[in-house]
Amino acid sequence: MPGKPLPDAEQLLQALVAKMRPEVGPETGLVGIHTGGVWLAERLHKALGLKTPCGALDVSFYRDDYERIGLHRDVKRSDIPFDVEGRPLVLVDDVLYTGRTIRAAMNELFDYGRPQSIRLAALIDRGGRELPIAAQWVGATVEVGAGEGIELKRDERERLSLALYKRSAPDVA
Amino acid sequence: MWLDPKNPQLNHNGELHHLLSLDGLPASILWQILDTAKSFAGVTEREVKKVPLLRGKAVFNLFFEPSTRTRTTFEIAAKRLSADVINLAINISSQTKGETVLDTVANLAAMQADMFIVRHAASGAPYLIAKHVAPEIHVVNAGDGRHAHPTQGLLDMFTIRHYKHDFTQLRVAIVGDILHSRVARSQIQALSSLGCPEIRVIAPKTLLPSNVESLGVRVYHEMREGLKDVDVVMMLRLQNERMQGALLASAQEFFKYYGLTEDKLELAKPDAIVLHPGPMNRGVEIDSSVADGQQSVILPQVTFGIAIRMAVMSILAGN
Repeated sequence: MPGKPLPDAEQLLQALVAKMRPEVGPETGLVGIHTGGVWLAERLHKALGLKTPCGALDVSFYRDDYERIGLHRDVKRSDIPFDVEGRPLVLVDDVLYTGRTIRAAMNELFDYGRPQSIRLAALIDRGGRELPIAAQWVGATVEVGAGEGIELKRDERERLSLALYKRSAPDVA
Repeated sequence: MWLDPKNPQLNHNGELHHLLSLDGLPASILWQILDTAKSFAGVTEREVKKVPLLRGKAVFNLFFEPSTRTRTTFEIAAKRLSADVINLAINISSQTKGETVLDTVANLAAMQADMFIVRHAASGAPYLIAKHVAPEIHVVNAGDGRHAHPTQGLLDMFTIRHYKHDFTQLRVAIVGDILHSRVARSQIQALSSLGCPEIRVIAPKTLLPSNVESLGVRVYHEMREGLKDVDVVMMLRLQNERMQGALLASAQEFFKYYGLTEDKLELAKPDAIVLHPGPMNRGVEIDSSVADGQQSVILPQVTFGIAIRMAVMSILAGN
């Protein structure tokens, strides 16, 4: 594998927790983006001791590449188990790339209500933004080639790790 | 657009391009539709029950035969996908079938239709339309003659899965006018694709197609025997308007032998569910106390029908 090794996901998660703790109140709603973002949101939720239950979004119905590549297979059900109206929210995703997923997620969130604010936490920022979107909290910034993707994995003991994969077709992350 | 000549619903990637029948659809596509519908069911519980997938698309409801429920749920589904919906109730008497149906469709296609939802009294009409439309247009069969009603079959499967979770442990009985029912065929095809091990049909000889065993079902003429220990009872509407000649002595007699009453339902498993595609003939194929009873899931079926139609339209328009 060329280039620098990927950072350790568990350490990045701890770094994120440390950065977020002073700035995230207990009434904040965490919303993970399927699938890696949901795993992260669950861990952050526990570590930060938040009261509001965790939400999960699958942004497939809001993606801007539907016209080109159709509906994603294996669409998960979005579930926001709290009232969005007037609440501070934090979107959680594993890899921040073009920003298109975050744009789709924000559009979907507004169909649940008008949040007081939305902030963004990402484990990895790999650059390459195509929209004016920035994260408040990032675990690490990583450079990878355009033909490669980074994915978050979770083993049977729920330990998180990062892996590189070859991107077959252009997608958005 | 290259479509598989053996199964003109599928494109060269084996993806769904039209939905004409559940016959010959790979189980993977059935599961994809059921899973996607589950996500759409979540959308319909939100404050804003709309997603932007079909924004800017025009969906034409082309009903050559009257229908309220199916047309309305297709319309709601299309609107929840943000499509523009145009409803056309076409008086069949002004049509001479064949060429003129295609002329109608060609004219609508010229109005930049993206999808046709077709209901027609003639079996095969949606196939004819699918064969002649431009490659970027998708066709959904909303019921053709005695042939098929695939979205009804799918919403029945969604309903069964919702309450029973696993098809591979189920005993299912389909009761009533199998002969004239386009729903029954779609149900049988879907149930066997999804792995249901025992499908029973319960009907008098005069209301069964001659080759019904070839579909892989067990035939019962005695309802009490057929209902024993089933998990799911799928009632069919007695198709009065299709009945030609004296296939039955009377509606009263049909109710006596094949109407679902509380005492007959007691023979099924205690947690058995009762489905009906609607519209119901109360007191003919189903007793009111059952239709409105604890085991009835007839109204949830209607709600699930919206999610199923959203799933079908969004998968088609994306392929």
